[in-house]
Amino acid sequence: MTIATKVSRRNFIVGSAAAVGGFSLGFHIPFTPEALAQGATIPEVNAWVVIKPDETVVIRIARSEMGQGTLTGLAQLVAEELECDWSKVTTEYPSPGQNLARNRVWGNYSTGGSRGIRESHDYVRQGGAAAREMLVAAAAAEWKVPRSECSVSKGVITHNPSKRTTTYGKVAEAAAKQTPPGNIALKDPKNWTIAGKPLPRLDTADKLTGKQVYGADLKFPGMLNAAVRACPHFGGKVASFDAAAVSGMPGVKKIVKIDDTTVAVIADTWWRAKTALDALPVTWDEGPNKDVSTASIAEMLKAGLDANDAFVSTKVGDVQAQFSGGGKVVTATYAFPYQNHATMEPMNATALYTPDRCEVWVPTQNGESSLAVAAEAAGLPVQKCDVHKVHLGGGFGRRGNFQDYVRQAVLLAKEVPGTHVKLLWTREEDMLHGAYHPTTQCKMTGALDAQGNLTALHMRISGQSILATVRPEGMQGGMDPVVFQGLTASSPEGHLGYTIPNLVIDHAMRNPPIPPGFWRGVNLNQNAIYVESFMDELAHAAGVDPLEFRRKLMAKHPKHLAVLNAVAEGVGWDKAPPQGVHRGLAQIMGFGSYVAAAAEVSVTDGRLKIHRIVAATDPGHMVNPAQIERQVEGSFVYGLSASLYGECTVKNGRIEQENFDTYDVLRMAEMPAVETIILPSGGFWGGVGEPTIAVAAPAVLNALFAATGKRIRTLPLKNHDLA
Amino acid sequence: MARLTINGEARDFDVDPETPLLWVIREQAGLTGTKFGCGIAQCGACTVHIDGIATRSCAMPINAIAPEQKIVTIEGLSPDGSHPVQKAWLALDVPQCGYCQPGMIMAAAGLLQQNPNPNDEDISAEITNICRCGTYNRVRAAIKEAAKGGSTQAG
Ligand code: FES
Ligand code: FES
Repeated sequence: MTIATKVSRRNFIVGSAAAVGGFSLGFHIPFTPEALAQGATIPEVNAWVVIKPDETVVIRIARSEMGQGTLTGLAQLVAEELECDWSKVTTEYPSPGQNLARNRVWGNYSTGGSRGIRESHDYVRQGGAAAREMLVAAAAAEWKVPRSECSVSKGVITHNPSKRTTTYGKVAEAAAKQTPPGNIALKDPKNWTIAGKPLPRLDTADKLTGKQVYGADLKFPGMLNAAVRACPHFGGKVASFDAAAVSGMPGVKKIVKIDDTTVAVIADTWWRAKTALDALPVTWDEGPNKDVSTASIAEMLKAGLDANDAFVSTKVGDVQAQFSGGGKVVTATYAFPYQNHATMEPMNATALYTPDRCEVWVPTQNGESSLAVAAEAAGLPVQKCDVHKVHLGGGFGRRGNFQDYVRQAVLLAKEVPGTHVKLLWTREEDMLHGAYHPTTQCKMTGALDAQGNLTALHMRISGQSILATVRPEGMQGGMDPVVFQGLTASSPEGHLGYTIPNLVIDHAMRNPPIPPGFWRGVNLNQNAIYVESFMDELAHAAGVDPLEFRRKLMAKHPKHLAVLNAVAEGVGWDKAPPQGVHRGLAQIMGFGSYVAAAAEVSVTDGRLKIHRIVAATDPGHMVNPAQIERQVEGSFVYGLSASLYGECTVKNGRIEQENFDTYDVLRMAEMPAVETIILPSGGFWGGVGEPTIAVAAPAVLNALFAATGKRIRTLPLKNHDLA
Repeated sequence: MARLTINGEARDFDVDPETPLLWVIREQAGLTGTKFGCGIAQCGACTVHIDGIATRSCAMPINAIAPEQKIVTIEGLSPDGSHPVQKAWLALDVPQCGYCQPGMIMAAAGLLQQNPNPNDEDISAEITNICRCGTYNRVRAAIKEAAKGGSTQAG
């Protein structure tokens, strides 16, 4: 991959209907040298499609690829309408600066919330369809025949009466001059031949040979490297540091305090920067939170469980009347800890600053927020900045809203104008400066009548709001809607799959001074644990089979019920499990999709073994079943890592875990077999990258109860004795 | 000055002898296929072969390696991605983000070199690399596929 080769923007976008004048900056695109040589003279057909004379089809992808397969899925959707030859498809990222300069022709760049495909399927397919029409129209014009007499398949255009043919590559240049058509009727998904199919990913080959370049791997001539250390105490800052003590160390160029909280070393190589930084004497002002600990946070949240000041999301009937009405009342309190995203590739960004231009190369889930942060840190108008997206070594929500590493990289680049600076965090920096999965506790109270029917439920969540800290403009009258993920009455994003005649769901907001963030699955993760564990508790209290207990409440929620029934059938719920093996169930809706899981576990001498998980998902439409399967499997790795091990504890206002030795994650030996059932019922578009994570923990916790009679209500499991 | 033999080429490196092999590979040799994940031998992202043995290079100072020892990185496993492990990985489309995968592939190739026909327990015991995206089941299947598929002695 060659980066930083200047291409004239004029050449690149000539022929685009959306091109706007007056933008005179050069920009950089990550093309191979061969592609580049051609690319400079090849006009795009439209913003989404470039076709080269050798028939290579370059599809532009605005969303970020971080392993979830969105690059392949989105390309499938464009290619489906484009009617091109799939074997000729490659992809590229248009830069956020180009997007800005072209009135955001590529729409939203944000890649999170399992939205990559479901939010853009319509306009990317329109992009493919428009390009197809322009290509066919160009051929028809050349032949001087009506468009209606032409057809196209796999990039070959045929004039049906005369059987003359031409190809996309031959007419691409002329097509670029065609007037873009208006809205085009898209294909019915049942007629798809590229989308909806289990095609291999487009980005695999380079990941097997070391050729795939991640942000951490970037190289530029003369580039310097930087390591940073920010005050580990949240709210604290740098009190003092002794640059002279390390300034003579090999390779060291600069030792700087880049802001109140952070010191950095810039050196010729990263290892030397890091070595000098490790040796740099720094004292911290611990700041106002030095007495905050896991215990103090737990106390703060506990007080919210019975507090009167709560935001009410759902209120149906009269729960109190049921609780005091003489039936059986069941109560349980649960807790969910802080967790770190722990992407395999630590945070990084590379920046080049001059007084009138700033460019950043970064693995980012949101190129546009990277650009905004870069411009602000550079102190330059956004038009004088650009961001070049690089494949991510994992994102999971850490690299979207939070662009702290971009800001730092630009501040460092300003120290050495005209020289590229690559900032790479250590794992320790990454663990200590996360955007942590917020901590909550939950008190569940349910009432059962004499027949074992659930007549009332009060779900009180106490704890941290992500939006209050991260995106206050998303709050609704002081309430954080994200806290209620999967629990709403009717939201298409995620609604509760049970009909309960008397129901209150509310949130006592308690915000400890630990920065929260969107962590793959977000609040759905703990909400599913609370609801689905408690459903199991209620079923046992009522003496009813957990599947039957749920089914009775789900008659009005056929899609929720369908995935639950699918996993029950898949795991063989109606037959006895193998000797010593026990089962648990869970279902929830989130990110627009319906998901369920059934787990089989055994416990021997206090050791949990998860044998098998059957998972079902209804995402409405299915763009690539092979990638959905991978996302479902990966969701169990992420969700089980969280339930078995994931915990960031707090002491002196800082996180205690600094690396994988104390922040362990699931490894191969513990990975269960996963059987994935996809039930695309059509009519809606749901996400697949996140929802399944939420059912991993409750399915296993319920199975664990079946195995041991122990009800685990606080995670992670590593803290519990299962013997 | 330290002499190392990486992917068949002996080279002298002017670095502090305590520098971990990982960083000499990435920064001085310029081979960035070998990844940094933790720096404390926990995750396996930095796995390379030293005389055929899968080794976590982040915790291995170069002064512990003799000039004639054969270091092989992901770039040197095969000239063109044709090692049986790479072929199996391609056939099963294993990677997600891919960041852990060079380390996984090197660990798998190392395992097969020692044990050409590993069973599930062998795989679980030997492949302890972290993958946060969750490719474990496909990694396991691909190792078995590679074991079936013939010579794993290359690299
Ligand atoms: S980087 Fe070497 S084991 Fe993690
Ligand atoms: S594929 Fe992303 S960490 Fe393994």
